[in-house]
Amino acid sequence: MNFHPESAPVSSVTLNNIVKRFGTFTAVHKANLEIPEGAFVTLLGPSGCGKTTNLRMIAGLLDPSEGEILIGGKRVNEVPIHKRNLGIVFQNYALFPHKTVAENIAFGLKYRSVPKSDVARRVQEALDLVQLPDVGHRYPKELSGGQQQRIALARAIVIEPEVLLLDEPLSALDANLREDMRVELKRIQSKIGVTTVFVTHDQSEALAMSDKIVVMSAGRIEQVGTPEEVYNTPASEFVANFLGASNILAGGCASKDANAALLDVPLFGSVLVPADKAPAVNAGDAAKLVLRAEKLVLKAPGSDTTGMVTAEAVVETVDYQGQTVRYFLRVGDTQLQAINMIDGRPFAEGQTVTAAFRPQDCAALAGA
Amino acid sequence: MSVEKREARQPWILLSPALTAVTLLLFVPLLFILVYSFWLRTATGADVAGFYLDNWQEALTDPFYRDILISTLRIAAITTVACAVMGYPSAYFIARSQGNKAVLLLLLMLPFWISYIIRTMSWINILGVSGALNSALMALGIISEPIQMLYNEVTVILGLVHFLLPFMILNIFVSLDGIDTNLENAANSLGATKWQAFLQVTLPLSLPGLAAGGLLCFVLGAGTYITPLVLGGPRDAMFANLVFEAIITQLNWPLGSALSLMLLAVLGALVMIYNRYLGMAQLMKGLG
Ligand SMILES: Nc1ncnc2c1ncn2[C@@H]1O[C@H](COP(=O)(O)OP(=O)(O)OP(=O)(O)O)[C@@H](O)[C@H]1O
Ligand SMILES: [Mg+2]
Repeated sequence: MNFHPESAPVSSVTLNNIVKRFGTFTAVHKANLEIPEGAFVTLLGPSGCGKTTNLRMIAGLLDPSEGEILIGGKRVNEVPIHKRNLGIVFQNYALFPHKTVAENIAFGLKYRSVPKSDVARRVQEALDLVQLPDVGHRYPKELSGGQQQRIALARAIVIEPEVLLLDEPLSALDANLREDMRVELKRIQSKIGVTTVFVTHDQSEALAMSDKIVVMSAGRIEQVGTPEEVYNTPASEFVANFLGASNILAGGCASKDANAALLDVPLFGSVLVPADKAPAVNAGDAAKLVLRAEKLVLKAPGSDTTGMVTAEAVVETVDYQGQTVRYFLRVGDTQLQAINMIDGRPFAEGQTVTAAFRPQDCAALAGA
Repeated sequence: MSVEKREARQPWILLSPALTAVTLLLFVPLLFILVYSFWLRTATGADVAGFYLDNWQEALTDPFYRDILISTLRIAAITTVACAVMGYPSAYFIARSQGNKAVLLLLLMLPFWISYIIRTMSWINILGVSGALNSALMALGIISEPIQMLYNEVTVILGLVHFLLPFMILNIFVSLDGIDTNLENAANSLGATKWQAFLQVTLPLSLPGLAAGGLLCFVLGAGTYITPLVLGGPRDAMFANLVFEAIITQLNWPLGSALSLMLLAVLGALVMIYNRYLGMAQLMKGLG
């Protein structure tokens, strides 16, 4: 395979005001998205939010009701799927059961005037790339789930697609294999540098693999950003809660300058949030403090909490998770969630503790 | 008893009611037929028990029987091909239709609610001398005299296709319905047009259904006597008509038995060849 970066067909995908309706139901509302060349972009969201629908529209398996799809700068709305030159990996692999692994991989090459002599070589290169060099003669059912997954990937990339589309490719694998395949997939993707759109509802998968995450909810794109951006500066309550657990405290913004916004929230009083983490908040308006469960730390009463915002809390529930513990705390009438690394012994239920966080770890959202 | 032994016995216990029924209702009568085929029918009309090869000799050597057997197989083959050609698109349409699959399948089953004989006879009302088609053509002034359209090989085949098409469609449907639609999508994404994807992926994967439907149509078609009786002319008799004729009309059970065993042997051999051929076929490997 010619995986030389300079000759690899790299391109970007653009969605312009894409709407998809099924009858009266709108599955995708005015999606706008710009996918840079060579990027690994993840569509992340809960079940039914329209991830697959978006992916299938890019693939050409569904027609958008409105809007425009561009691949490599060219409008492809009218281009049928077999002319789009995309590599698709389906959730259930969709390997051809009546063809051997080698025939599966060679399938796409038949339609791309590849000389016969090159076909075998490219199939072998693809098999080597997915680290299954010796299974070419086998039938798909003679492979394990993880191996089938790799073959599906090999089949999709051997044609040197402009874009690689992956719909929850790891969800059928068990937890350990999933981690391995995640690393493997990322390795192969960066090696060939193909623009990749990856669909998942698993936030840790998205955070670990993506250059850019597109968080979706109920057919709308909620936020587009790097894993760090969506994690640290969620654009909405939905994003804050979908990517890990967050505590949302409704309050108001007392003042704001170029450096920071001063939020007044119940339980904790004044919190000075860095301005870049409170982009939408205006002085005098209602605002919400987003406090990640991992950033809320439990300390024994009387510990040093210099530079931190604190409140007294009672531990209600302790959920032991190995390296971490998840606590549910009661502060006044409010229940808060904290996920802490275990340092010595976890706190016990009923214990009174100091709940503390650093204000610079918080983000702020506008609205009540 | 060890677990393995118990597990090995279990299917037999579960199968035993069916096996009992099959033994009593199928194998025992078949045995009687076999015994009958060696009896002798005398000129007086009485059967003489014994071991005579006369019926078999007549059945196997008389060119009359051979010719009708060949034409029976030919009619069954034409019917099967016609059913496959007509049934495949319908089965494909049903398998790929979204939502109303159940309704379409129900419509497909609807003919089974009416007796096969009545369905066959309905062609008389359509194609008969005073049937719908002739009346319509005469009313339109296209013909002045009714045409005799019935009672030939074509109408026999028409009746058989009418009877057997649902079996073919159902069998193809079952195999098409089991094929993941993403396989075609995957083929398309790799550069195959819809038609190429169909030829490369869907068609080979649906062959077992097509084969099963074909076998069923062929065997049922070759074994029928009602359709030629109702829709065929005197020269369109099929092999089962000969059996019917011998047993019901002439009350010649020994000859009828020999003839029916002969048909059974031919069709059984076909089933076995079919099985063997399909068993070895490469595509089964992939389906497992
Ligand atoms: N062919 C269809 N007809 C009608 N509604 C559909 C169709 N396909 C999808 N939908 C609806 O569109 C919405 C989005 O579906 P989609 O498959 O894109 O979800 P998803 O984000 O991929 O979810 P999941 O994580 O469960 O795969 C869902 O509410 C679904 O019911
Ligand atoms: Mg989906």
